[in-house]
Amino acid sequence: MLIFILKRVAGMIPAMFAISILAFTVIQLPPGDYVSTYAAQIAQTGEAVDSAVLANLRERYGLGENVAVQYFKWIGGIVRGDFGQSFEWNQPVTELVWGRMGMTALISFLTLITMWAVSLPIGIISAVRQYSVIDYLTTTFAFLATAVPEFLVAIVLLYISTMWFGVSVGGLFSPAFENAPFSLAKVLDFLQHAWIPILVIGLGSTAALTRIMRANLLDELHKPYVEAARAKGLPEGRLVLTYPVRVALNPFISTIGWVLPALISGELIVSTVLNLPTAGPLLLQALKSQDMYLAGAFILLTGGLVLIGTLISDILLAISDPRIRLS
Amino acid sequence: MSDETILKVRNLSVDFPIQKSVVHAVKQVSFDLKRGETLCVVGESGSGKSVTARAILQLVAKPGAITGGQILLNTGSGEVDIVKLGSRGLAIREVRGRRIAMIFQEPMTSLSPVHTIGHQIVETILLHEKISKEEARKRAAALLGRVRIPEPEKALDRYSFEFSGGMRQRAMIAMALSCNPEILIADEPTTALDVTTQAEILSLIRELQRDRGMAVLFITHDMGVVAQIADRVMVMFRGEKVEEAGVFDLFERPQQAYTRALLGSVLKLETPAPRPPRPAAEKPIAKIENLELHFPLNAGFMGRPTNYLKAIDGVSLTINQGETVGVVGESGSGKTTLGRTLLRVYDPTGGQVMYWPSNGEPVDIATLNKAGMKSLYGEVRMVFQDPHSSLNPRMTIYQTISEPLRTNTDMTERQMMDRVSELLARVGLPPDIGDRYPHAFSGGQRQRISIARAVAVRPRLIIADEPTSALDVSLRHQVLDLMRDLQNEYGLSYLFISHDISVIRYFCDRVAVMKNGKIVEVGDVVQICENPQHAYTQNLIGAVPRPDPRLRADAPQ
Repeated sequence: MLIFILKRVAGMIPAMFAISILAFTVIQLPPGDYVSTYAAQIAQTGEAVDSAVLANLRERYGLGENVAVQYFKWIGGIVRGDFGQSFEWNQPVTELVWGRMGMTALISFLTLITMWAVSLPIGIISAVRQYSVIDYLTTTFAFLATAVPEFLVAIVLLYISTMWFGVSVGGLFSPAFENAPFSLAKVLDFLQHAWIPILVIGLGSTAALTRIMRANLLDELHKPYVEAARAKGLPEGRLVLTYPVRVALNPFISTIGWVLPALISGELIVSTVLNLPTAGPLLLQALKSQDMYLAGAFILLTGGLVLIGTLISDILLAISDPRIRLS
Repeated sequence: MSDETILKVRNLSVDFPIQKSVVHAVKQVSFDLKRGETLCVVGESGSGKSVTARAILQLVAKPGAITGGQILLNTGSGEVDIVKLGSRGLAIREVRGRRIAMIFQEPMTSLSPVHTIGHQIVETILLHEKISKEEARKRAAALLGRVRIPEPEKALDRYSFEFSGGMRQRAMIAMALSCNPEILIADEPTTALDVTTQAEILSLIRELQRDRGMAVLFITHDMGVVAQIADRVMVMFRGEKVEEAGVFDLFERPQQAYTRALLGSVLKLETPAPRPPRPAAEKPIAKIENLELHFPLNAGFMGRPTNYLKAIDGVSLTINQGETVGVVGESGSGKTTLGRTLLRVYDPTGGQVMYWPSNGEPVDIATLNKAGMKSLYGEVRMVFQDPHSSLNPRMTIYQTISEPLRTNTDMTERQMMDRVSELLARVGLPPDIGDRYPHAFSGGQRQRISIARAVAVRPRLIIADEPTSALDVSLRHQVLDLMRDLQNEYGLSYLFISHDISVIRYFCDRVAVMKNGKIVEVGDVVQICENPQHAYTQNLIGAVPRPDPRLRADAPQ
């Protein structure tokens, strides 16, 4: 088991390297750089742009150099724990990123747990009672939830809570707690706010997971080992939970691999709409202003988050399925 | 065996509603099962034998339902009608596993892959008896020892996929016996097993039955198995009981026409079909020499793999023109791989396969390039085991049969249509079915279509991989006879791969016995079947259940 985990961790290193190259390439793709965006901003305000100042800036940030050289400078810094300097904020990227990435990780994790907690029982019920009223209801709801875009749900929820209940739901904290130290009251306040992004981000994937669980379980329910277990005299409820559900869980666990990226990209849009202090809005802003070190750090860390999620799902899978553990 | 009846089935009917019609899977079937006896229920696919067995435990899969009759279980203190118990609730669960236990056909899939063997057996014991977990575990270990699984204590903590098929079926039997049931229902328990494993499992079931005075309801399609283990036999056909008799009466004095036909088709395979003598000077069509196919087992860190699976390990075999060479062996012996390697489905890692084309110089298939192989596909064809999955369900029969003509010849559409209807007539099907799809045909008909596809381009060598294994016994000799007629007509040679000795003996001229990728013995089919030299062959032939109850060890003279 330990060897299995070590192998997986070792496999993550080249993957992380590939992600970093990809992240850097994507950032470099749009024409221009931060300085040209900066110049355009200044020009918009009507001031004259001194090309000597711009050239000076370029040189200071090392933007005129070869792309490969820039990449190695960047990645070399990251290996030492230095993510570089944000042009726009004039602050080290590290200071800007951690709090926001932490929030993203927390929201994604909570959403994932909620998704599993909801879709697992619903999926089981609609498989065991296939073609029943409950099954049709959840199926209809699942199709709707998959089809409606997340930002629309976010806007509708914002509208309803503001217009009908007079509650502001943007952000993750009430203004009073925004900068308060950690306390139980702050956690409660967080949860009061967090349920909306969790609901919004998780809705589509929960619906998809319900369908996956239903399909997996339907495949398993008619396998000979279920019939054999029934022939031993097992009560139906226990039979379904201990045998076919256990096996159907495997594909379910491995969904983390694709759910996590979906969550994080969904989070970007939803956070922007709901104005959440997570990585999403900052990343968007960084991309728009070509603040390359900030954007690069976000993309890299998000990629890392996905890799860690996949690792967790692999480990869970190995725990749950002896066929994977022992071969 | 006592005369006390433990189970009475009366006018049992099971229906399956399918779309707008209803399939009567079991019609008004009645029989008795006595304490300690073995009743074999025999029939071809679709005869309702499995459904009958499942009805006894209320395990009929939805939408099927018991629509009439009684299943009376003698509990010692009166009779219980299982039909009235319904499929849920405590009453039926007390019967399942405790009074009546069941073992299934597929030992591969009848045990949960994610629970240990011990867990599954202990669970059964704890369901029905109030004993501690430790006691249950002890009993489970004893049971595993009883079914002769080595190191039972360790086996408890292992998973089903760590066992071979035979060991899994033993574990399944141990599980079924864990609460000392009075009746054991065995639904084709040996069909998925090799013949030597089958012999072991059958003798184990008989032995346990004698020890425990258990009644066994044994479902099978194999008359050889029936002859070996039955006390009484019930024959079913299309949901109805045809005949019920003692095993000797049934084999020696069958009363019903269907029983006679069934026995006839079994016995027909017991003697080789007449065939013309081989010419004195044989001309080879294919000569396999030291063929090897090794799959690397470990990836080998930055280097060459150190361990290989030797799927084919130095095989040499000659197929002569117009000859049928059988390859027989148990699962994993490499016989199917050998057939596929001859068509370069796998690229051999050593040796050569010389092939003499109709015109031109002999070529080595083992090293032939793509273009060379393509021209050979018109001369060497394949027939597969499963007629259900080897025909494309989205292609019409005409498209299926004409496809090799399209790729290997330059015939016009008109010519192909003529050839296809001629071929269909030749394989005993109506010539006007070209525009229908495979699902409209039965297994036997589909295999005829597969054969028509194989002979469409007038090949010279056909590799037939278990072509009759998926067919009912009454169809087997028909398909084999058709293949023989085509051989005489077109001068075909066959490489005939099978696990079934009786089919090999009926159909082949020579036979090669394979084990672990090697040929252990090769020779004339009659000589190999009647006087095998190699110990493995002797074992293999001796394990084949013969359809004659007088050959049983316990048969009265």
